[in-house]
Formats: sequence, structure tokens, C-alpha cells
Amino acid sequence: MSQSSVMTPPLETAGPRRMRFDNRYVAPLFITCILLVGHLSYGILESYKKTALAIAAAIITELILGRMFFGKWLNLASAYITGISVGILVRSPAYWPYALCSVISIMSKYVLRVKGRHIWNPSNFGIAVLLLLAPEIMAVLSIQWGNNLLPIVVIWTLGSIIIWRARRFHISATYVVSFFLFAFLRSWITGDPWQAEVAPITGPMYQLFVFFMITDPKTTVRTKMGQCVVAFCVAAAEFILRLDQVVYAPIFALFFVGPAANLIEIWLDSRRRIGTTETA
Amino acid sequence: MALARPAKILLAVIFIGLLATPLLLKRLAARREAGKAKDASQALVRYGFHFQEVAQASGISFIHQAPTLDHKLDHIMPQVASMGAGASVVDFDRDGWQDIYLTNSGEGSRNCLYRNMGDGTFRDVAAELGIADVNQQGTGVSMGAVWGDYDNDGFEDLFIYKWGRPELFRNEGGRHFTRVTEQAGLAPWINANTAIWFDYDRDGLLDLFVGGYYSEDIDLWHLKTTRMMPESFEYAKNGGRKYLYHNLGAGKFEEVSAKMGIDSRRWALAVAAVDLGHAGHQDLFIANDYGVSELYFNNGKQFREVGQETGVGFAPKSGMAAAFGDIFNQGEYSIYVSNISEDGVLIQGNNLWVPKEGTSGDSLRYENLARELGVEMGGWSWGMQFGDLNNDGNLDLYLTNGYVSADREKSYWYDFSKVAGGNSAIIGDAANWPAMEGRSLSGYQQKRVWINDGAGKFLDVARSVGVTDTFDGRSVAFADLWNRGVLDVIVTNQRGPVLIYKNIVTPENNWIDFELEGTASNRSALGAEVRLFWNGRQQAQTVSGGSGFCAENQRRLHFGLGKNTQVEKAVIRWPSGKTQNIDHPLPGQINKVKEPA
Repeated sequence: MSQSSVMTPPLETAGPRRMRFDNRYVAPLFITCILLVGHLSYGILESYKKTALAIAAAIITELILGRMFFGKWLNLASAYITGISVGILVRSPAYWPYALCSVISIMSKYVLRVKGRHIWNPSNFGIAVLLLLAPEIMAVLSIQWGNNLLPIVVIWTLGSIIIWRARRFHISATYVVSFFLFAFLRSWITGDPWQAEVAPITGPMYQLFVFFMITDPKTTVRTKMGQCVVAFCVAAAEFILRLDQVVYAPIFALFFVGPAANLIEIWLDSRRRIGTTETA
Repeated sequence: MALARPAKILLAVIFIGLLATPLLLKRLAARREAGKAKDASQALVRYGFHFQEVAQASGISFIHQAPTLDHKLDHIMPQVASMGAGASVVDFDRDGWQDIYLTNSGEGSRNCLYRNMGDGTFRDVAAELGIADVNQQGTGVSMGAVWGDYDNDGFEDLFIYKWGRPELFRNEGGRHFTRVTEQAGLAPWINANTAIWFDYDRDGLLDLFVGGYYSEDIDLWHLKTTRMMPESFEYAKNGGRKYLYHNLGAGKFEEVSAKMGIDSRRWALAVAAVDLGHAGHQDLFIANDYGVSELYFNNGKQFREVGQETGVGFAPKSGMAAAFGDIFNQGEYSIYVSNISEDGVLIQGNNLWVPKEGTSGDSLRYENLARELGVEMGGWSWGMQFGDLNNDGNLDLYLTNGYVSADREKSYWYDFSKVAGGNSAIIGDAANWPAMEGRSLSGYQQKRVWINDGAGKFLDVARSVGVTDTFDGRSVAFADLWNRGVLDVIVTNQRGPVLIYKNIVTPENNWIDFELEGTASNRSALGAEVRLFWNGRQQAQTVSGGSGFCAENQRRLHFGLGKNTQVEKAVIRWPSGKTQNIDHPLPGQINKVKEPA
């Protein structure tokens, strides 16, 4: 999860100057609210210290690398979201996976770049890599928050409003609709109850995944149609991984599909640029 | 990007180095593992003990059978019918030798009481004494058993908790048992997975706590609905109710849980009792599956749930077992709770709740130091116990694990995690759970034997000391089965054989045992605490009426002394409130102490 802060100017809402609110802070505020409500109500965190460590590691890494790369102190909203996402999603009894995951996530933005763009969603990259390399010490939040519908309804409603304001609701909606279609298809193929197939999306990991990870502006393609196609492809890749019984299928689906989509767009852009140059 | 090429290369190298960090850590851990002792003689030298598995050689051939519940659960039967292998230690005939009672769970199966013949062998006498045939069709099946002398006649009586009708048997002088369930006034049906004898009001009569798992209105053999599963993986409150039976004397009990402030429908799997707050009464700790643990402070008149305020009941996990141990030799009990961990899927980690410095009594607070002390990762953990396995003066920890060992190549974890994360409408209905189809779920796991170095670290030496079994372990109980001044280990396994690990301890380390008998206090002396002082150290242990998972250790308290040959004193605090000092008790023997008048 990340939010653009490295390259993109802040978006501001229309209205009187006094009432302006920098859109970059909507997502951090929302995710902080989810964290606080979730923890104070249901004790979702093992400890505040681990989440604080993840946030601090992300912010410090961003400050250092931003200074090195751009010669200035960057806005930290993006790093904060990455850190807090790691703090919520990573489940480990040890401290070091939180710090390492945050640092790797932020560094990936600076190291894994093609034509000036980072191609992985930072926290998706960090979490997927650690799941592959250190499964004995790390898992991802996979349990329910509470046992009633209210928190789910509240989070989905607020998340939808926020993502609508950010004009990225179509991405989340496409993914969710695709997820359900593929869930029913899986149920038909495997013979497992359809309730079991849709169960994961009622969990908190998916709330964060749907609202923050797949909608990340810096690591999604530009066109609205393209974004919908990518969201569908993420769900399709997840479908395949789930048939192979991969527990964290959505994380790995985005890990593979996200960069592939970005690389295709970068390649198309470069071809277009060459075409434009030749025409000129 | 204004960064120069060398700096970019350096950044890339650091990045790769960070990616490689988990692999390097794994390698270091593997190297540490390789450095451990490789055979029994090395283990004896380096760790001071090793085990020999001797169940068959000792005449113990018990193999646990699981129940077959309602056919509506056929598709997930192995994970539902996954408990019932319990072990409790007792000297039922007061001959000075520890006997073993084992619970079975197949319909019509027999529980076993292995009488210790004193010559290294055991003989099953349950049938002839009348406590074998307790799993008849229609009455449910055994989950575990606890012994306590509820009528103070000097012979330990037997309570069997079941998924079904609980049973109470009075011990008639060690010669036979009389079933007194109805006369006692127990509930007709409890789906219980834990119980404990303790004297909560210190009236000298043992009371009984029973913890429900499934709701008591469910007959698991005749389900009216498949909506009988937990409503949440970590926040479930639709389990069985709790029962606190106050012993009225004359073989009668009164159920007083609500009156005494115990009102919970969490899914209890284990209960243990000790006086944590030093208020003179035993407090209750309940490890709950699918949720937070509960801690009830007891002032003798009322229980007060303080899990959240003390810190032990906030972050929900899957509590499987609970035990107390004075692991730092400071006279304070830490609480160990086993949970579930599976690589890459669910890393709950076990909890070791240690009292925070400067807190005590009502302000007692705990912090989880399982990671710091090295006792956190135990797989799908079940029963465990604290005890000094090498007689070095520090309490060690034995933990068994493993849930369902079936097809080695196929795992049910994917389907399990899918549903476990779902909303209550989904997880709560067994019909929504995908079929297991012979797949394993955290099966074939390596057990843990953590030795305490006395300096704040535990080291797993299970393989080195000969614990290499990978059965689906359930209960662990400690007893000195051959009266040698060591703790032997009894491990039961679901759908598997019972294991008897005979402990061979270096003779350099000394020991001292205490066998207590109450007079004003309950005769079993449950709740009595011995605080032993030697060589500038102290260690507290309490006589317990049940701990771990579906287990009960021997009554006798066993202390290792290391190389010390002198004991300064033992201070006994009896449940009646009396305190008794014994100066220079003799090491190397069992000190039998009767509560002074």
C-alpha cells in the first residue's frame, strides 16, 4: 500500500481555501481509524510497539532515500500508509519482520524502477517477499475483526466513500465483483460450499487490500479501463492461485499482475513516444 | 533521480542484502540446531538428562480412539473429533507409587487405570475397579479426568469430564469405586474439555470447576443443526457455560458459578488455579480456544474477571492449555498458554505471561515474554507442563503438539484459513466448512522440550534428549513413576499410543520432594504452596488439581537442587491459611508433611 507522494502534487478538494483538505491525508487518516477502532475494540494488534516500529522504519527509510534521491524531505503520507499497513497486516511474534518489511517496501520504490516508475506496490512487495522468504516467522492478518457484521459494514461503507472521492472506486468495485464471480466458479469446480469461497472477502485483510493496495495510484495503470482490466486480472490470478490452495492468493496475485500491467503500460508508452518522435 | 550510479549500485546491494536477511537468519538457526547434542550420552552430559520411551516395555499399551460424531460432521470429523486423550496421575491406593488414568473417546471404548506395580511395570485395573466403562453409547465420551479427595477420606476420588454426562466416582479405600454422579447433583450433560479440583472458599472441602467447550444443549451425536461451530475464530462467545460446584459436604455439590461471578460462554480448553495475587485464595486462569484467556481473581467470596486489566486477556488467540511455573525462582508464578502457529499461515505464538516488576495483588500486570525467553513457537501446541526435568533447580517446559496427522502430502490449512477468517454466518456453520478428505492439519509435528538456563533463556533440546515422536499430542503429565527423584513424562496422543518417557537424570544433581496432607485444609492439600529456599535461591510450587491440557500431574512436589546438598528451609502455606516452616528439610528424599493442628 502506498500513496503517491514522490512525484505527484497534492490533490485538494474544491471549496474555500480555509476548508481545503489535502487528499493525501484522507487515506492515512482512514487507515489510522481502522487500526485504532480495530485494536481498541478487538485487540487486533499484538502490540503497539510492533506497529510503531513498522511505521518508524518506513518513515525513516523514506526520509533518507528521498533526501538522497531528490535532495529534499518528502511528504511522508505515503511512507506512513506503507508502515501502518505493514503494522496491521504482518503477523509475527518477532520485531524484526516488521522493520525489515517496511524498509524493503520503501526501498523497492527506489530500487525497482523502470523508466522512472516504481512498478510494485511497496507494501505488497514487502509482504509478498517476506511470505516467500520467511514463512516460519511471518504470516498475514487473516482473522475476522469481531464476530458481527457492523464493523464490516462500517469499514466497507467508509472505504467506498473515500475511494469514491479519490476517483478510484471503479478499481475496487471491479475487483470485488470479479472476486465474487470467481468464488462461485471455484465453488462449482471444487465442490466446496460457496460460503467458504466468499468467506475471505469478509475478513479485514481484504478490506485493506481492496481499498489501499490495488488502488495505489503509483502502481496502477493510468486509464480507467486499464485499471478495471488490471483489477479483473488480479482477481483472475487470485482465482488460479486459490485453485492451487495458496493461502495468501490475493497478495501474490497483485505481486505478479501489478508489475506486469505497469511494464506493459511502460512499454506501450515508449512505443507511442517513439511513434510520436518518428512522426514529428 | 539525481543519485550517482555508484550510490545506486550501493543501494541495490543493500536492498539485496536485506532480502537475503531472512535466509541468513534461517541458516544461523540451522547451525545452532546442528550444534546440539546428538545422542543420549551427549545429552546427559550437556543438558543433564535424556529420555527413554518405555510405554510398551512397562506394560502400557493404551491407544486412544476418537469418537464418531453425527454424520452431518463427516466431512470435517477429524478436526471436530480431535480431543479426548487425557492423562491424570494419582496414587489411588496410597501405596506410594504413582498410577496413571487415561481417558478414551471412542463410543464404547474403555478408560484405563494403570496401577504402578512398583517393579517397573503397570497393570490396567480400571475394569475391575469400576471406572473403565464410562463411554457407553448415549452417555457421551471422555475428554479428561481429575482426581481430588472431595470427601477427605484419604483416598483420591475421580471426576471424569466428557462431551456428555460427567461422572463422579468415590474411591472406596483404593479397593473399588462407587459411581455417585446423581447424588452429587452434577449437570446431566456438559460438553466439557477441562475441569479442576480446588478449594475456592478454603472451607476444607474440595470444590470443582468444569469448563464447557461446545454448548451444553448440543448432543454431538444427534445434531439438530450444523450451526454448532464457533461464531468466530478469535472472538467466539457461543461455547459452553462454566460450572462451579461448591462442595456442601456429605457428597453433595451446589452449582454457584453465577452467584460467584463466573459467567462466560467462551470455548474453554484448559483451566489452572494458583494464588497469583497472594491473597490467600486460588485464582482461576482459563485458556479459551477462539478467543482471549480469562483470569478470575478470587477473594473467597467472589470471582472477578481481570483478564483485560492484567494484560492476559486482550489479544485473542487460540488457547489450548495453561500451566503455572516460577521460572525465575523469585516466588512468582508465570503463566504459559499454548496457542497455534503454522509457518506462513497463522503465527499466533504461545504466550508466557510474566508478572511485571513492581506489580502485585490487585495491581498485578503481566507481559508476554515468550519470544524473549525462546518458548514462543511450538506449532499447533497442546498440552504442556513446567517441571525441573534435569534437577538443576530451574523449571523446564515440555510441550506437545500436532492437530491432525493424515496424508503427509496434503494440507487442509488453505481451506481452514479460508473459512476461519470469515464472518460468523459462515464460520459458525459446519456445513460451510470444506471437506477434509484425508488431508493433514498441522500434522506430524516435532515436540518441544525447553530447558531453562536460569538466566532468562530456554533452549529446545527435544530431539537431543530423545523426544522424536510426531504423534498428535494432547496431554502432558509429570510424575516420578519409579520413585527415583526425577520427573518422568506421560504424553497422550489423539488416535495414538500413550508415551511414557522415562527420565534419566545426571546423578550429580540433587533433588527434594514434598508430599503434603491437609487436616484443616482439604486432605489432598490442593492449593498448598511450598516455597523452598536453598543456596540463596527460592522456588514456589503449588499442589494442583489439574493443569496443562486434560492433564493432572502427581500430587507430590518435586524440586531440583542442582549440585547443592543443603536446603535452608521450606515454607508451606496451607489452604487453611496456616504457614509452616521446616528448617533444613532433607534432600534426596520424599518429605511427607501433614498439616499441623
